[in-house]
Amino acid sequence: MDSGGGTFVFTRKGEAIDTVSVLWKSLPMLLRAVLINIELCLALLALGLIVGTIVALLQVYGNRTLRTLSFGYEWIFRSIPALVLLILFYFGSSQFGLEISSFVAATLALGFRSSAYQSQIFRGAIQSLPRGQMTAARSIGLSQFQAVTSIILPQAFRLAIPAWSNEFSSVVKDTTLAYAVGLNEILRHARYIIVQHYKLAMPTYLTVALIFLVLTYAGNGCLGLLEMGTRIPGLEGYKKSGAGRR
Amino acid sequence: MSLLKVENIHKRFGDLEVLKGVSFEVEKGETKVIIGPSGTGKSTLLHCINQLTTPDDGRIFLDGVEVTGQHTNINKLRAQMGFVFQDFNLFAHLTAMENVRLGPVKVKKMPKKEATKLAIEVLGKVGLGDKANAYPAQLSGGQQQRVSIARALAMSPKLILFDEPTSALDPELIGDVLEVMIELAKEGMTMLVVSHEMGFARSVADEIIFMEHGVIVEQGPPEKLFTAPEHKRTGEFLHKITELYGETN
Repeated sequence: MDSGGGTFVFTRKGEAIDTVSVLWKSLPMLLRAVLINIELCLALLALGLIVGTIVALLQVYGNRTLRTLSFGYEWIFRSIPALVLLILFYFGSSQFGLEISSFVAATLALGFRSSAYQSQIFRGAIQSLPRGQMTAARSIGLSQFQAVTSIILPQAFRLAIPAWSNEFSSVVKDTTLAYAVGLNEILRHARYIIVQHYKLAMPTYLTVALIFLVLTYAGNGCLGLLEMGTRIPGLEGYKKSGAGRR
Repeated sequence: MSLLKVENIHKRFGDLEVLKGVSFEVEKGETKVIIGPSGTGKSTLLHCINQLTTPDDGRIFLDGVEVTGQHTNINKLRAQMGFVFQDFNLFAHLTAMENVRLGPVKVKKMPKKEATKLAIEVLGKVGLGDKANAYPAQLSGGQQQRVSIARALAMSPKLILFDEPTSALDPELIGDVLEVMIELAKEGMTMLVVSHEMGFARSVADEIIFMEHGVIVEQGPPEKLFTAPEHKRTGEFLHKITELYGETN
């Protein structure tokens, strides 16, 4: 497919297309499109963070009913493939007369899914804290809610950052699945390029891959900085734990 | 009226009845030391007093208010009872000052500035004024335990419960903690202490309570228990424990 030093592709008619120049021209479009992926990633992570924290707290501190419900929720969202969830949320919502955009559907489907994984990261972190932290908090008169918000979560979140980075790396890539429900994200734009220059499929997908390499690297770098910035002497000493993934 | 009244407390964990009807009182300004073999229910008793463990039966009153009552605001009562743990349990993500300040700010709704001043003052009192910005992991065991005492003191409690406060410490660090406790006793703080420090018990306690198998075997002034115990078992235990831990403090 590739001849002439890797920069030219010959079409059937023998026209040479400058791969680099096509990709270079397409790059701004791809980068604009990847902003949608980044937005989706941030939105679903935020949803996952909030719901995941609540689920983890219910699993650790909830009564029997709440614990059962929260474990059921986690089981459902960890068991269904992401693509199936996306389709269920997007097309399923219209069955119920709810018109939601593909972005909202993707945020909900992938966000709830991520919340199930995040809940296990947070549950692991909470349970790795010595029990005495909660006991001591209650002993000075803090309510359970105050103890959780002032003592447990600030420590658990710090301990969860390494495992959470893993979750970030996973979901940032999962955002391309939203292609399936028609979101105008990077993969869809890559398809537009390929439709016009079908011989550029591989270089285009490689460019997309490269963009994700950079995204993942930058994101993990930021999380690394966050971990360093919030590090507290002695706190890293607790056993680190979190749910493994894919 | 006594400051703390414990009436017929029972506590069972599964098949094991840990407390089998414990009753005693602590007067304001008194220091009482509870001694007894491991597994006797001493720690459980302290945990029952501020409801960190709920007793199965019996009643507890703090300054006339029932702690065990169904409609009691337990957080409000806990704020009046300091608790010093064997393994300190300082909040690992907070500095010494923040550990001490947390209770006044969150529970007593004291303005942060005022609470900070109070925290630094109380840390000074336990000899750690220069460690206000250190995190627990940067402090020795003895220093951590003194911060934990300061954390209890900052709430201006009516009573402080000490659960074997020196058991987890290296021998050379015990002295500093005991010194703080002796000072508190002198100042008239009401204290209920589970401890094996016989020297402390003998010199500071107004009364010693000897517990075994979930009941109080004997209680009385230290001199009486040390020299003329009514029960043979009390004498045997005191002899053994003094031999083991010594009497110095």
